[in-house]
Amino acid sequence: MPAESAQDRPIGSGGSLGLTLVLSEIAVLFRRLRTWAMIGALALIPILIAVVVRVSSDGSASGRGPAFLDSITQNGLFVSLTALTVAIPLFLPLTIGVVAGDTIAGEANLGTLRYLLIAPAGRIRLLLVKYAGAALFCLVATLTVVVTGAIIGALLFPVGPVTLLSGDTVGIVGYFLRLLLLALYVTVSLLGLSAIGLFISTLTTVPVGAMAATAALAAVAQILGALPQLEWLHPWLFTNYWLGFADLLREPIAWTSFADNALLQLGYIAVFGTLAYGRFSTKDVLS
Amino acid sequence: MSSDGLAIETRGLTKVFGSQKAVNGIDLAVPRGSVFGFLGPNGSGKTTTIRMLLGLASASSGEIRLLDGVMPRDARGVLPRVGALVEGPAIYPFLSGRANLPRLDAADRPPPPPPRSTRVDAALERVGLGHAATKRAAAYSLGMKQRLGIANALLAPRDLLILDEPTNGLDPQGTREVRGLIRSLSEDGTTVFVSSHLLAEVEQMCSRIAVMSAGRLVAQGTLDELRSEGTARVRVTTPDIDDASRVLARLGLPPQVHGRDDTITAELVVEGLLPETVNAALVQDGVRVRGFEVSGASLEDRFVALTGEGFDVAG
Repeated sequence: MPAESAQDRPIGSGGSLGLTLVLSEIAVLFRRLRTWAMIGALALIPILIAVVVRVSSDGSASGRGPAFLDSITQNGLFVSLTALTVAIPLFLPLTIGVVAGDTIAGEANLGTLRYLLIAPAGRIRLLLVKYAGAALFCLVATLTVVVTGAIIGALLFPVGPVTLLSGDTVGIVGYFLRLLLLALYVTVSLLGLSAIGLFISTLTTVPVGAMAATAALAAVAQILGALPQLEWLHPWLFTNYWLGFADLLREPIAWTSFADNALLQLGYIAVFGTLAYGRFSTKDVLS
Repeated sequence: MSSDGLAIETRGLTKVFGSQKAVNGIDLAVPRGSVFGFLGPNGSGKTTTIRMLLGLASASSGEIRLLDGVMPRDARGVLPRVGALVEGPAIYPFLSGRANLPRLDAADRPPPPPPRSTRVDAALERVGLGHAATKRAAAYSLGMKQRLGIANALLAPRDLLILDEPTNGLDPQGTREVRGLIRSLSEDGTTVFVSSHLLAEVEQMCSRIAVMSAGRLVAQGTLDELRSEGTARVRVTTPDIDDASRVLARLGLPPQVHGRDDTITAELVVEGLLPETVNAALVQDGVRVRGFEVSGASLEDRFVALTGEGFDVAG
């Protein structure tokens, strides 16, 4: 035995919570150029909207275009809201698809998956850590849209108290708090999709395939959600509450859609988390 | 067979892919403290075996004991004491060489006491990557990646190292360094299990070897045991071919005359008959010996005999 034997190491004590691995996962995620490219692209959405509206604003409210678009000229605070509405159907699911689809398949593709497993990371622990990383990205992505929108809106347009959908008026601080709440709502909305991405990611060693499949599923779910003939299916679609954040812009706040959404997303996390575990815990890692 | 004193022990280890047995009922016994060579041509099942040893792939049947545990059941207790390089190194190309190591170390739980950065620096120094540590790993050459992979295996004190083709992609200098590294680790008491398709490499490093061929373990033992299973051959160069041939025949060695008319060879098939005795007999009978050479008993002949000569990868 070596003098400094490996046997002396305690088993299963301290540090076994995996916090180090979570931090490492976050560091690896945010040290990638790709991650910052996606965050940059998301930040461009509110900037583009604000600049275009500012440049072309001649006071005529056409009533067309994304929701809240016409309100921007009167109050810059609406930039965040408009940008979120634009980002939710396509851009956010796309970036989440990239991150969630890459979780396991990306490591398998690099070959680092085998080294993580023999470290040993533990298969369940690795899944949890990977999911935590993807969930954090959902929050960062959503906040990027909201915060960039708030900044560019304040720079280009007048900012003042906002009239909510219920007719009440809140101050800037109150409105900004609601925007953060809204960001939280959208983050929660994306957790189900992240779980689906994690599961798909355990099926393949080709990350691009998992990313595309995840993003495509988000599109399919939204299309199904738009077909009135499938009304019975709508409450079960993970995209069902994606644009249902209007309740957070009333006074008092109606929490029902937030709660329904959270419950639905939890269901998706449970189902696809279990599937991912079932697949990954017994998978032969041959990459 | 007792598991005491063995770092790796498998019984009837089998892996079936579809209808093909990639690994077919192998019984490995790797003594603690040994440098153990795991030989076999490409596609003979070495890497699949290693994957099963480390719990990356499940065995179709059979048992595995690794150090004091049963794999994969005790993976969590056993694997932190095992360092491994499996099927080449794997890197995060967008991280520096130095940043790659803490990533994998973070997956180890709980990490050993010395601070991570100390261990990372020590491992990089040990494989000679100290100067290139801050370079992006994407810019590493194959040999540098290989060194980084070995550094990863050395991040913590290990009782067992499993190195799959450790000198792959290394220049002769690097190959020598790796051999030296393995020797020094072995002197510290670490058991080293090295797989290779290069016989010469294994012969220089290992005290024991096992030979795989087409999924089966065809030989296992110390180098000397394996050598002694082969037959040595004497090769005599002389102008007196006929006399030499007669002497060899008298000693019971069937002589073989080859293309050149001054060379004759014979397998030393008579037990206990030493080459020097053969030479003395030749000279005594007036054979003018110009050259006398004992060849064979080489591990290479033995290896080829066990695994087949062909260049084809085992299907």
